[in-house]
Amino acid sequence: MSRNSADVVVIGAGVVGASVAFELARAGCKNVVLIEKATPAAGSTGRCGAGVRQQFGTRHNCILAREAVRIFEKMDEYLDYRPGVEFRQSGYLMVAYSDHEWNQFKKNVELERSLDIDVKTLTPEEARGIVPFLSLDRLVGATFCQEDGHANPFHTTFAYVQAARRLGVEVQTHTSVIGIETSSDRIQAVVTDKGRISTNTVVNCAGARSGEIASMAGIDLPVYGERHQILITEPVNACMGPMVISFHHDFYCQQTPHGSFIMGVGMPGEPKSFNIRSSVEFLDEMARKLVTILPPLAELRVVRQWAGLYDRSPDAQPILGECPPVHGFYNANGFSGHGFMLAPIVGVLLSELILTGKTSIPISMLDAGRFARGELVLEPTVVG
Amino acid sequence: MSEAPNRADENTIICRCEDITLAEIRRLIAQGYHSIDEIKRVSRAGMGQCQGRTCRQLIARELANALGVKIEDVEMPTFRPPSRPVMISTIAKGEEGEGDE
Repeated sequence: MSRNSADVVVIGAGVVGASVAFELARAGCKNVVLIEKATPAAGSTGRCGAGVRQQFGTRHNCILAREAVRIFEKMDEYLDYRPGVEFRQSGYLMVAYSDHEWNQFKKNVELERSLDIDVKTLTPEEARGIVPFLSLDRLVGATFCQEDGHANPFHTTFAYVQAARRLGVEVQTHTSVIGIETSSDRIQAVVTDKGRISTNTVVNCAGARSGEIASMAGIDLPVYGERHQILITEPVNACMGPMVISFHHDFYCQQTPHGSFIMGVGMPGEPKSFNIRSSVEFLDEMARKLVTILPPLAELRVVRQWAGLYDRSPDAQPILGECPPVHGFYNANGFSGHGFMLAPIVGVLLSELILTGKTSIPISMLDAGRFARGELVLEPTVVG
Repeated sequence: MSEAPNRADENTIICRCEDITLAEIRRLIAQGYHSIDEIKRVSRAGMGQCQGRTCRQLIARELANALGVKIEDVEMPTFRPPSRPVMISTIAKGEEGEGDE
């Protein structure tokens, strides 16, 4: 018999929802229900590129990512997860192909270093010292942070879900939210296809479907789905440590601990949609860019390609916090490609906000109201 | 269920690409991973070179037995392209050779 009332209902058991549910329970919230329409990590989390980086161009992103990395570093013990989440700090190498981009990178490094993130600038030759088969063609410079890295999104989500369950969180899988009841601008209940859960607090962690969930509470939330595609190669011996990322080419590529290379490129003109089918066009574009940037890797075989959704917000930045005019409705969505890497700290901050009304790191600039106020948060350093 | 005598034991390899044994599959089902996709996500079974060509049927049979459902009612994972591993350089070259679309 599942619960018919809760202190907090968290919608979506991707890594963000799982982290929020766990942190609420860890902070002492007794009755948390986590609702998932399929199974944990079945949506965007399980389709992501799995990278974790701290190199950003805005102060809040640097700080959030830095604190997330600190949690990733201790995650296996923190969540008491035996298989391990496979966090590996093999670095991110960001490559610049124009003076404009290089100037931005240098500004980023200044900001990052002021926030105790250990990033250095490299000449093209020094970058090749880290990735020997990186093409030097038109390369202007690079930045490198060894503490950035990679984790397993499935294991990370399962670790949070299992730890949350141990603390008494009820996880309802194969359960869809079909309505949210409000009265006098206050949340009253979440209605699912399995029943009704009375509650005054909802956290919307539904990824690309967050706009639909918000509309059930009468809220117009500008989050939409945007397809992004990835491929993975056969595994080979370890030969490339860091994630290589080029904003100029809208490209990223990393070798996983398993030995396979995972890589993606942005596709221009991708429409708003919930389409998660793979395309041949992506394969062509990916192959073309890989040959340009990391030529020897083109001799590897693709074993699988897939697609997933970015939960895009208008400024490609997360939407965090309570969402007026409905009291008790919180958002943790709109991550636009960075949900996995930020999830550990987002869980902590949402839990603080819900239980105490305050957060240990300022996130008020990331509220949903910024779009109406015209205060978009512009992050210069994103793919896609 | 199966017409041939079942000679599998716990050490039988179910996913040959990723070296996953029958014992491992049964342990995951007992832990609550109740679909081929969930087992794939937690263990990598079916993520290797052959993309589950052999193991997904074997895992489906284990799920059917453990959950008391018919094998045809076990949901198959999405079949992802390419159907066989393809060298990336072949794809990159392919563009030039292609005719009008």
